[in-house]
Amino acid sequence: MALPQAKLDATDARLATLSLPAGGWAETARQDALSRVKAQGLPGRRDEYWKYTRPDGLTAPAPTSAAIFDESEPPVFDEVDRLKLVFVDGVFDAAASDDLALEHVRLERLADTSSADIHWARDYYGTLEASGQTPVARPLAALNTAFATDGLLIHVTGKAPKPISLIYHHQDPQSDVMLHHVIRMDEGAELTLLENGPAAARFNMVLEVEVADGAAFNHVRAQGRDHERQAATHIFARLGRESRFKSFTMTANGVMTRNECVIELTGDDASAHVAGACMGDGDFVHDDTVFITHDAVNCESRQVFKKVLRNGATGVFQGKILVKAGAQKTDGYQISQSLLLDGDSQFLAKPELEIYADDVACSHGSTSGAIDEDALFYLRARGVPHGIATDLLTLAFLAEAVEEIEDAALAEEIVTRMEAWLARRRG
Amino acid sequence: MLEIKNLHVKLEEEDKQILKGVDLTVEAGKVHAIMGPNGSGKSTLSYVLSGRDGYEVTEGSATLEGEDLLELEPEERASLGLFLAFQYPVEIPGVGNMTFLRTAVNAQRKARGQDEMSASDFLKEIRAKAKELQIDADMLKRPVNVGFSGGEKKRNEILQMAMLEPKMCILDETDSGLDVDAMKLVAEGVNALRSEGRGFLVITHYQRLLDHIKPDVVHIMSNGRIVKSGGPELALEVEQNGYADILAEAV
Repeated sequence: MALPQAKLDATDARLATLSLPAGGWAETARQDALSRVKAQGLPGRRDEYWKYTRPDGLTAPAPTSAAIFDESEPPVFDEVDRLKLVFVDGVFDAAASDDLALEHVRLERLADTSSADIHWARDYYGTLEASGQTPVARPLAALNTAFATDGLLIHVTGKAPKPISLIYHHQDPQSDVMLHHVIRMDEGAELTLLENGPAAARFNMVLEVEVADGAAFNHVRAQGRDHERQAATHIFARLGRESRFKSFTMTANGVMTRNECVIELTGDDASAHVAGACMGDGDFVHDDTVFITHDAVNCESRQVFKKVLRNGATGVFQGKILVKAGAQKTDGYQISQSLLLDGDSQFLAKPELEIYADDVACSHGSTSGAIDEDALFYLRARGVPHGIATDLLTLAFLAEAVEEIEDAALAEEIVTRMEAWLARRRG
Repeated sequence: MLEIKNLHVKLEEEDKQILKGVDLTVEAGKVHAIMGPNGSGKSTLSYVLSGRDGYEVTEGSATLEGEDLLELEPEERASLGLFLAFQYPVEIPGVGNMTFLRTAVNAQRKARGQDEMSASDFLKEIRAKAKELQIDADMLKRPVNVGFSGGEKKRNEILQMAMLEPKMCILDETDSGLDVDAMKLVAEGVNALRSEGRGFLVITHYQRLLDHIKPDVVHIMSNGRIVKSGGPELALEVEQNGYADILAEAV
């Protein structure tokens, strides 16, 4: 079907600003991805999948400039023992990073290997992204596969001794960045990946994760800080037998964040948990779009998303559990909730279940609510001032999502950030 | 300590007068009990004194050691030394009991210009007090009142009272939902806190609580007023004859 003219024009205008990196092992994947973008067209307002979130800023030929956050607070994860890898406006900064060396892990830059003809990542780069394009098109991810110039290729062969931490600095108020990471987890391998930092004025990130049988992938991400920045991120994961996948994202600030997570459970007895906690103030827009496909027996998936919204902030949740025929004994759970701290904020949710197997347990729920007045009075009657009491109840609301973080120290670090964010806004 | 004069209160949302001129003075070191039939305004009195939304004071005053309570926010009243043990303690999922109590203790200290209590001092104190009330460590760690039995909730109220060391304690039907053993435990907790500088207002339907917490003065409340006051024998009279006779006599 031909694309509408407006969409075609918008897509052409964006593509005109980009040039496809030529040669090397990724060339075919890039060309295929470019074809996908051209066939799909970049997202527009009339697309069903973008009904609640305006994609304009993410698709415009040039990014809107974004001011840099005043760095009064030390960055998140600073106290964690980790392998630090730094990107500045989308370019790997070797001087600011640790060596690309970690036991049981092979680490390379996408940019460094691009001239080679053969590379292990060739079988993965753009593959999971491509398979995640059905049944719903994700053109921004295809755009990323085609044009991303940097990122990391991470091959994990055993248990990584410490987390790999990707730190995204934003220095140029006009930066427009696409990063593409590929992670391959061998059988039984274990890795924790941390991400933080605003990255760019406009950030498009794709993370493809292949989790082999019995492997475990943990992901904790802190997004935000620079309020004017815009971000579209995609995680594509494929899970083997008895593998475990856990991803948690905290987002504070940001006029536009769209986090998509596409997971396919392909091996029996696997488990996938995706969680998010966001806090938004004013012209904050945050969209969590999750698609989990059960295509094996006895797998478990959980989606836990909590949003705190104030002063007219907007939260969006589109979450789907698809249980294919034969995916018996599936245990699927999905909850999305918002805490609206005033009457101006809004939460838009579209929870979906699509089930083709007959022996499954799937539940979902979605709520919007205000602070519990009885609980607030109880706290105040014990002498806790209104603002602190509200914060305590807000953190309590977010707790179910934070509990999805396995590592207690990381969870604590995230809670500390949330407390600080709330305290800065306390009336 | 607590002085209530000619207090008139109506519901904010509707034109319904609940308290119609309550006069009551609780002296330091004394235990006053308020008894009365359902709907007489006992719980409203406790909520109005502690500052819950939804009520409008149309006339009269309430002061604690001379400070006008009715002008203050609930947390300011608490910091002045007013404590309400709730009839229905609220469950707060996600907020740890210990975190809650420490926040409360330190918020009150701060409001009074005192130094915050250190984590280790707090822990020492709460453990000792919890032990007296037979509250185990697990209950302290759990979210506030979540999954607590009726007895555990009431004991938790008394633990909060013990930690916050208020000057004026209002106990709103603390005996409701408790069996005899649980009631004894709660009463012992309250009795341990009786002191010369502290006043108590015990609101109850039944005389049985007053077997364990011996009041100095008993008031009978009906239709938004205190209709009769007397010594502990008044509670026994209610127990034996019900409210009808006393109310008939009072009219």
